[in-house]
Amino acid sequence: MQVEINGNKREVAGRTAFEVRDWLGAASDIVILNGFQIDKDYPLTAEDTLTIIRKGVMPEREELASMMAARHTPAVHKKLQQGRVAIAGLGGLGSNIAVMLARIGVGHLLLVDFDIVEPSNLNRQSYYIRHLGMPKTQALQEQLTEINPFIQIETRTVRVTADNVVELFSDYPILCEAFDKPDAKAMLVNTALQKLPGVTIVASSGMAGYASSNLVKTTHPLKRLYMCGDLETGAGIGTGLMAPRVQICAGHQANMILRLLVGREEI
Amino acid sequence: MKVNGQQVALKQGQTLLVFLTAAQYDCRTIAVERNGVIVPKAEYESICLEDQDTIEIVRFVGGG
Repeated sequence: MQVEINGNKREVAGRTAFEVRDWLGAASDIVILNGFQIDKDYPLTAEDTLTIIRKGVMPEREELASMMAARHTPAVHKKLQQGRVAIAGLGGLGSNIAVMLARIGVGHLLLVDFDIVEPSNLNRQSYYIRHLGMPKTQALQEQLTEINPFIQIETRTVRVTADNVVELFSDYPILCEAFDKPDAKAMLVNTALQKLPGVTIVASSGMAGYASSNLVKTTHPLKRLYMCGDLETGAGIGTGLMAPRVQICAGHQANMILRLLVGREEI
Repeated sequence: MKVNGQQVALKQGQTLLVFLTAAQYDCRTIAVERNGVIVPKAEYESICLEDQDTIEIVRFVGGG
């Protein structure tokens, strides 16, 4: 019987998961069976995907890909690999959403932002001191490549206007609205819903301050629009944007995008 | 008519723009769906609301 081991089909000749580990590696190696790290032995069947990881050792590129994918259920991973998501705005929401989508292996990402990294971004956005002054598209692409070198990343360093929405986003069935200004959010949502008939938008509204985490939610107010946030708390003088709540909202958006990619449309 | 899931009494011959302004929406920061179809901003002024309409209004606040 053949089983997929670290990305290759191999004959296991009736061995259990731990017997394969001892055969190919050492007793201290991590064993992941169909997306779950196991600490007790299991028999293997022909549909199984087994990943054996030696701690502290840098694997070859092809082996790395299968090790990184090991935590995803195999059927889910294939759908995500085919996924195409555009992210408009690479601030506190967009940069963190991009990092999450790269970690779960979404195959094609488009990153759009006109701005450069500023010191005031570091309280909540996924950038480092070394990125100050760099275009956000470039700084984020650099990080994503370090997190997951197996996905395709396209970048556009432009300001999104009603005139370029179609040109920028028409190849992407899922559009993530991650702008800061409310009029820019509304412009993108209105334009995309009118001019991109196939698009589904995952947008955001209300994540400033430090009110309860539990007020942030995912809603589905319009046919092709999902909205994440508390829907009320705008950023303003005395109500700043802070990492925890912004990342909670980013998590809602990223999870809704993941659900859409695997075919779940309910919130 | 129905607005965001609530039944609302409609004044005779009200346009969408008049309704939105009276309800204190800022037209720059909203999106409106009427009977399941997104309404372009340029049409807010010309659309006359009717009793059987279902309107969904989404409002954006700042932050990201």
